[in-house]
Amino acid sequence: MKAQEYTVVGTRPIRHDGADKVTGRALYGADFQMAGMLYGYILRSPHAHARIRRIDTSKAEQFPGVKAVVTADDFPEVADRMVDLGEGDTPLSYARGNVLAKGKALYKGHALAAVAATSVHVAEEAAGLIEVDYEVLPCVLTAPEAMRNNAPIVHDDLTTKEFGEQTGRVSNVAEHFRYAMGDIEAGFARADVIVEREFHTATVHQGYIEPHNATALWNNDGRILVWCSTQGSFVVRDVTACLLDVPVSRVRVTPMEIGGGFGGKIPVYLEPVAALLSKKTGKPVKIVMSRKDVFEGSGPTPGSYIKVKIGARKDGRITAAQGYLAYEAGAYPGAMVAPGAMCIFAAYDISNVVIDGFDVVLNKPSTAAYRAPGATNAAFAAESVVDEIAEKLGMDPLDFRLKNAAKEGTRRADGPKYRRVGCVEVIEAMKDHPHYSAPLGGPHRGRGVAIGFWFNVGMPSSCTISVSADGTVNLVEGSTDIGGTRTSIAMQAAEVLGITAEAVRPTVVDTDSVGFTAVTGGSRTTFATGWAAYEAAQDVLRQMKERAAKIWEAEAASVVVERGVFRSGDKSMTFQELAGRLDQTGGPVVGRGAVNPRGVGGSFSGCIADVEVDPETGKVTILRFTSVQDAGKAIHPSYVEGQMQGGSVQGIGWALNEEYYMSDAGSMMNSSLLDYRMPTALDLPMIDTAIVEVPNPGHPFGARGVGEANIIPPPGAIANAIYRAAGVRMNRLPMNPPAIMQAIWSQRD
Amino acid sequence: MHAKVRVQSTINGEPQEFLCEPRQSLLECLRDILGLTGTKEGCNDGNCGACTVLLDGRVVTSCLVLGVEAEGCEITTVEGLAKGNELHPLQRSFLENAALQCGICTPGFLVAAKALLDQQPNPSEDEIRLWLANNLCRCTGYDKIIRAVKQAAIEMQEVNT
Amino acid sequence: MTLPKVYIPTLLRTLTGGRASVEVEGTTVRQVIDNLDRTWPGVRDRLLENGKLRPNISVAVDGEVTPIGLIETVGPASEVHFIAAIKGGVPAPNPHQRL
Repeated sequence: MKAQEYTVVGTRPIRHDGADKVTGRALYGADFQMAGMLYGYILRSPHAHARIRRIDTSKAEQFPGVKAVVTADDFPEVADRMVDLGEGDTPLSYARGNVLAKGKALYKGHALAAVAATSVHVAEEAAGLIEVDYEVLPCVLTAPEAMRNNAPIVHDDLTTKEFGEQTGRVSNVAEHFRYAMGDIEAGFARADVIVEREFHTATVHQGYIEPHNATALWNNDGRILVWCSTQGSFVVRDVTACLLDVPVSRVRVTPMEIGGGFGGKIPVYLEPVAALLSKKTGKPVKIVMSRKDVFEGSGPTPGSYIKVKIGARKDGRITAAQGYLAYEAGAYPGAMVAPGAMCIFAAYDISNVVIDGFDVVLNKPSTAAYRAPGATNAAFAAESVVDEIAEKLGMDPLDFRLKNAAKEGTRRADGPKYRRVGCVEVIEAMKDHPHYSAPLGGPHRGRGVAIGFWFNVGMPSSCTISVSADGTVNLVEGSTDIGGTRTSIAMQAAEVLGITAEAVRPTVVDTDSVGFTAVTGGSRTTFATGWAAYEAAQDVLRQMKERAAKIWEAEAASVVVERGVFRSGDKSMTFQELAGRLDQTGGPVVGRGAVNPRGVGGSFSGCIADVEVDPETGKVTILRFTSVQDAGKAIHPSYVEGQMQGGSVQGIGWALNEEYYMSDAGSMMNSSLLDYRMPTALDLPMIDTAIVEVPNPGHPFGARGVGEANIIPPPGAIANAIYRAAGVRMNRLPMNPPAIMQAIWSQRD
Repeated sequence: MHAKVRVQSTINGEPQEFLCEPRQSLLECLRDILGLTGTKEGCNDGNCGACTVLLDGRVVTSCLVLGVEAEGCEITTVEGLAKGNELHPLQRSFLENAALQCGICTPGFLVAAKALLDQQPNPSEDEIRLWLANNLCRCTGYDKIIRAVKQAAIEMQEVNT
Repeated sequence: MTLPKVYIPTLLRTLTGGRASVEVEGTTVRQVIDNLDRTWPGVRDRLLENGKLRPNISVAVDGEVTPIGLIETVGPASEVHFIAAIKGGVPAPNPHQRL
């Protein structure tokens, strides 16, 4: 695309699924109905750590209305092997183990068995009749405790891995890795000021309003059909097939509309269980998690213990930075600590860095990704220390960041150099924003800032576009639409074809009907599936140029197309006119695109937070909040703003109130939406946004992924604001009223 | 097996009769018996607002109302907001303002907001936030929802003047 | 003549005499690893398993993670990094079973 002025990209059309979503007609996973459907209920461990001596399902099986009961023993027997279902290799036994426990229950809420019955009430009653003989074991609940030599061991067969090398040491540390650059000792020796702090962050949940759900039918022809709400229908297909030991071609997944995911609906929990129940009963089986199950049986994001040490010269240049990140993986390895380590100092140009990361298992639910996984925890720590150093040097916090900002060519601690990125532009936009210079107007008020980075991903996507005779097109893609992406994808195709966004009809289809498409996650959907649509649209234009050439009896090479008008010499035809003549010139035109794109552009984000701290209760009120982010090119600005606002508010909840409040026995005491306190409309002001556009040189429209980076800076910014409002530097998340009062009182003593 | 009870009520202006077990919530009855799946379940204990309906004009979380309690009542769900083909101003305003991302909370918000505008045609931002405090949204941060309600209020007042 | 530069992950530097980067011949990532291993034995086994990149390792050539791993082209002045295979919570495509 040569033109910098776009006709469709950058506008704000109504989303294509709008009418369905505001009338309640859109079908989400729990809305799915099928004749003869049974309802499943999952029995979960009440203990955080226990050996399962015996499970007796006989009474449940005999309960009136019950059609089948399954446990881990119903998985087909297969020798354990390594499978790649996520961040690297994992034993099949671990992958199956989280879906239905075998041998040991590793956290309270761990699924043990499932019942299928004529109603969910019957299934739940019957599940209460399943007798489980537990040998309760001591549990371990924080990373530092789990890393001790005498800690209870969660997996007898888990040994510590150090960058590809198995040490053979049985421990709760699944992996230790290190990034190092330059000479850290020399760097600290040159510093005029050094700050070293420790931080703790609690486990938090993505908090999607729609619980997990799945319906599976093990059909009479051997195919396993699944309808579910998921961020990745191909992931569900592949994981379900793998766990059930069938070829992937036997599984078809139809994605229903999805009510939020934020990373938490990438792992697979229910589909294999529903499939096993369906196999036994010969009927479709639907399972929906309760809210309690969501908290205790799905994948929250890691709590963490982080140490940060930064040194800087008097002139403001950072000379060295060191990070220690121990992240709680939960019951199975795979905490997103590596992304945290990649991002912790990623906004800064530092020559001397050492970062140690630890993936630690313990007796909590197995963690999943949460919007820029790992980076928010890390930024809370790093941005607090940066703030402290800037203060000690008497520098404005944004000026300090500008002085050290990462640019094109800056090398990150994990190795690669940045291409064109917008860190400087984001910080400057924060400085220039009226919020930054507005008066605070009152006592006990403070303003804080923070910045963060997320690398975003590419990964494969496929798309086909068919031209209709009336000049509109059908666009078929496989990315489940969590936030309006079917429209941002359609807009990119429309831009190429020279038609309106409304003339494109996007549909999200099942795994039989479209080429492989990776998850809706990693801030990749508008970027990568949009690119697949771009390629499919280019393919359509190529074919239509040939048709125009036929009609004009001209050379195909002589036909050009721009903004939907085909020309050759003095002849011209619009896309719509040509579409009406495809039938007589050779038949349908179908374009395809399949991409695994490079050119992924990272996104920097920053925020300014004004808070008021009540000195008597510790309550923090957010007075004003501004989110700034580099979108590269905002394809649909309203939805880019929406991502920035949504991520900011999740970050605010993470900062102020959200946590898994655990008993000593490993039980979550606040597993309801009343006590797991997410922000409501009453807790917040308007969330102002400023979209910065530093085009991503790798993408046809310059787009960068925007979904994730915006959740990273809020906790750090709010901590820095609380310091200015109340004089205390918080080192724990959440910074709830008791924690703030504790900090204020400690300081007074 | 619990004996079923016959319930007669008016739903979205139409008389409806259904059979339900005493233990089934109104939410379950709407979704699983009557096929009105527009109202959503988010928590089943009254804390997220995704199941919001109007019961004789009152905003309620239908997960905390028993199906049998709906006897003789008038119920409005999201399916009853549009007039035939024409969207309610709130529905249009939500779309124009991009006030939904995943859309799961949207039915609850629309019903609650309709009740607000029925009672208070010109609400301030604070009044809107207070009224909608029991409707959780995890995607939007509420900003565009507040704007959408404000815009719909203005539009509806203009129609009435 | 310039040669591609391979950056050695911190925890493997004991195998390369402490060197953080090494210049090595090769026009694909596989060739570069093979040649690296000739001079610094043991490095290949830490990066590869059964002839493929270990699943938790990604390769970035000139700052970009390559989706095709070992067969990615390496230019005469390229930088090659081995980094943790992070896809931001996004699982890798599963190797498919036989029909």
